[in-house]
Amino acid sequence: MRKLRLAAADSWVMTGRNMAHVVRSPEEIGIYFMLPITFVLVFGYVFGSGMQVPDGGNYREFLLPGVFAMTMLYGMGATATSVAHDAQRGVVDRFRSLPIARSALLTGRSVADLFRALLEMTVLLVCGLLVGWTWHRGAGYALLAVALLLALRMAMTWIGIYVGLLVPNPDTVGTIIFPLAFPLTAVSNVFVAPELMPGWLGTISEWNPLSATVAAMRELFGNPGLAGGSTSWPAENAVALAIAWPLVLVAVFAPLAVRRYQRLSR
Amino acid sequence: MAEHAIVAEGLRKRYGDTYALDGFDLTVAAGTLHGVLGPNGAGKTTAVRSLATLLRYDAGRATVCGYDVAREPHRVRGAIGLTGQYAAVDETLSGRQNLVLFGRLHRMSKRAAGRRADALLERFGLTEAAGKSAGQYSGGMRRRLDLAASIIRTPRVLFLDEPTTGLDPRSRNEVWDAVRDLLAAGTTVLLTTQYLEEADQLADRISVVDAGRVIAEGTADELKARIGGDRIEIVTRRAADLVAVAGLLERITGTAAVTDPDTRRVGAPVTDRVAALTEVVRALHAAGLTVEDIGTRRPTLDEAFLRLTADRTGKTEVAA
Ligand SMILES: Nc1ncnc2c1ncn2[C@@H]1O[C@H](COP(=O)(O)OP(=O)(O)OP(=O)(O)O)[C@@H](O)[C@H]1O
Ligand SMILES: [Mg+2]
Repeated sequence: MRKLRLAAADSWVMTGRNMAHVVRSPEEIGIYFMLPITFVLVFGYVFGSGMQVPDGGNYREFLLPGVFAMTMLYGMGATATSVAHDAQRGVVDRFRSLPIARSALLTGRSVADLFRALLEMTVLLVCGLLVGWTWHRGAGYALLAVALLLALRMAMTWIGIYVGLLVPNPDTVGTIIFPLAFPLTAVSNVFVAPELMPGWLGTISEWNPLSATVAAMRELFGNPGLAGGSTSWPAENAVALAIAWPLVLVAVFAPLAVRRYQRLSR
Repeated sequence: MAEHAIVAEGLRKRYGDTYALDGFDLTVAAGTLHGVLGPNGAGKTTAVRSLATLLRYDAGRATVCGYDVAREPHRVRGAIGLTGQYAAVDETLSGRQNLVLFGRLHRMSKRAAGRRADALLERFGLTEAAGKSAGQYSGGMRRRLDLAASIIRTPRVLFLDEPTTGLDPRSRNEVWDAVRDLLAAGTTVLLTTQYLEEADQLADRISVVDAGRVIAEGTADELKARIGGDRIEIVTRRAADLVAVAGLLERITGTAAVTDPDTRRVGAPVTDRVAALTEVVRALHAAGLTVEDIGTRRPTLDEAFLRLTADRTGKTEVAA
C-alpha cells in the first residue's frame, strides 16, 4: 500500500515534469492543436458537405464522433515521439539510478498525455460545434461519451509509449505509427458504416476498438449511425465494448512497456 | 555500515565479441576515495554503470553498502549518487527545475527541494543561469549541474565517471572541493578519470584498468614505486653524443637506458640517486662530453600508467 502511494507520488512528479516541458516549448502546443482543428475542418467541411447520406441523416453529424476518435488515435504518434526522445536522453540514466518506482516515468507520461488530451478534446468539441455538430441527449450522456473517448486515448497512449520504447530513434516513429494507425481508421466505422462494407471487412470494422468508441459516442451524443440500426453484437453493445477495449489494451501494453523500459540499455 | 562500501568480484560484461569487463575486481573501503584509471575503452564506464545498477553484468558478484547489486538494486539506488560520463540532466528544463525535480523524486517536499536546489546552484556557481534551459548550458555548466543533481541527498556512495573532463581550472577546483566535502562527511567515492593528476591528488587508492580488468592496484606512491624509483635524466647538447652518453649511463647504473633522439634525452633508473648523479657527472667530464641538462626525478603517475598499460598491449614505452 505504502509502495503504491509512493509510486503514485513519483508518477505525479513525473507528470509535472512532462507538463513543464509543454510550458517551456509552447510551439509544441500549437502543433498539438493543429491536428484536431484541421481534422474537424477538413473532414467536417470537405467530406461533410460533399457526401450524400442515404438515410437522410446529416453526414457531418455522423462523421464528427469518428474524427474525435481519430484525433485520439493519432495522438499516439505524439506520445511515441516524446517517449522515443526521452529514451535517448541522458536524463533517463538519472531516473533509473534513483530509488523511485520504475514505472514512474511512463505512468507520468500517460497522465500528462491525458491532460493534453483534455485540452485537445475541448478544442475538438468547440470546433465541432462551430461546424454544426452537436449532442442531442443532454450533457450527462455527452460527458459519458467524452469519458469513453479519454479511455480510448489512454489505451492509445500506452501503445504509443511501447512503440516509442521500441524504435531505435525518434525520427522513425512517424514511419511506424502511420501504417499502424491508417488501416485502423480506414477499416472502421469512422467514414463508412460497416454494413456497407463487404462481409469480412465489415466484421473486422465492427470489432475494431476505434469503431467501438465511435459507435458508443454516436449513441450517447445522439448522432446518426448512418444506414441505421445494425443488429450485430458489437453494434448493440457499443458502450460495453468501448469500455472493454481500452481496458484490454492497457492491460496488455502497459506491462509490455514497463518491462521494455526496465531493459533499456542493459 | 559495511567495512567495504564497494566490492566487485570477477565482473564480466560482454558486448558481441568484446568483453567490456573481463574479471573486474574492486574493493573500496568505506569513507575513502578510490580512483579508477584506464585508457579509452578500458571498461571504466561499464564498471561504474554496472555498480550503479544501470547495466546488468553477465557474471560475477558485486555489493554496494552491503547490498547485492543484482538482487537488491532498489536498495543500492537508495544509497548511491551517480554522475555519469555524459550529463544526465533534463535539457528542456531549467537548471533549477532539474534540481527541484530530482529533489522531489528523492521524496523531498516542494519547499525543501527548492531550498536545496538554490543552495546547490549557489555552490556550483550556477545561480545566474538557474532559469536557463539546461540545454543552453555550456558543457562545463552542465557537468556541474549534473554533479549537483547527484548529491541532492548526500549519498553514502558516489560514483563519478570522469567528472572534470572538459572543465576549466576554476570549475574543476569547485568539483574537487565538493568531492572533498563529501569525503569529510563520510561519503565513499569511486572516481574514474583520465587525469592522473586528479587521481594523484584525490585518491586514497587507485586501480589501473585495461581491457576490462584491473592490472594494478595500490596507492599512488605504490604504483610509482612499482615501475622503479628515481631516474637520472640527461639532455645531450648534440644528437651525435647520445650513444656515448647512453653507454656511459648504463655502465654506471647497471640498468638499461632509454634514449629519445627527438629530444636528445637519455634516461635510466637508479637506486642511490645522489651517488649515481655524482659519478655520472664526473664520468661525463672525464670523457669530455658536454650536456645541456642533467638531473634526477621521480616518475609521474603518467609514466606509471603508460608503463603498466603498455606492458599489456605490447606497445613500447615512450621515453620519458
Ligand atoms: N553498448 C555497447 N555496445 C557495444 N560495445 C560497448 C558498449 N558499451 C561499451 N562497449 C565496449 O566496451 C568497452 C569498454 O567501454 P567503456 O565505455 O566501459 O570504456 P571506458 O573505459 O569508459 O572508455 P572511455 O575512457 O573512452 O570513457 C569498449 O570496447 C566499448 O567499445
Ligand atoms: Mg567511459
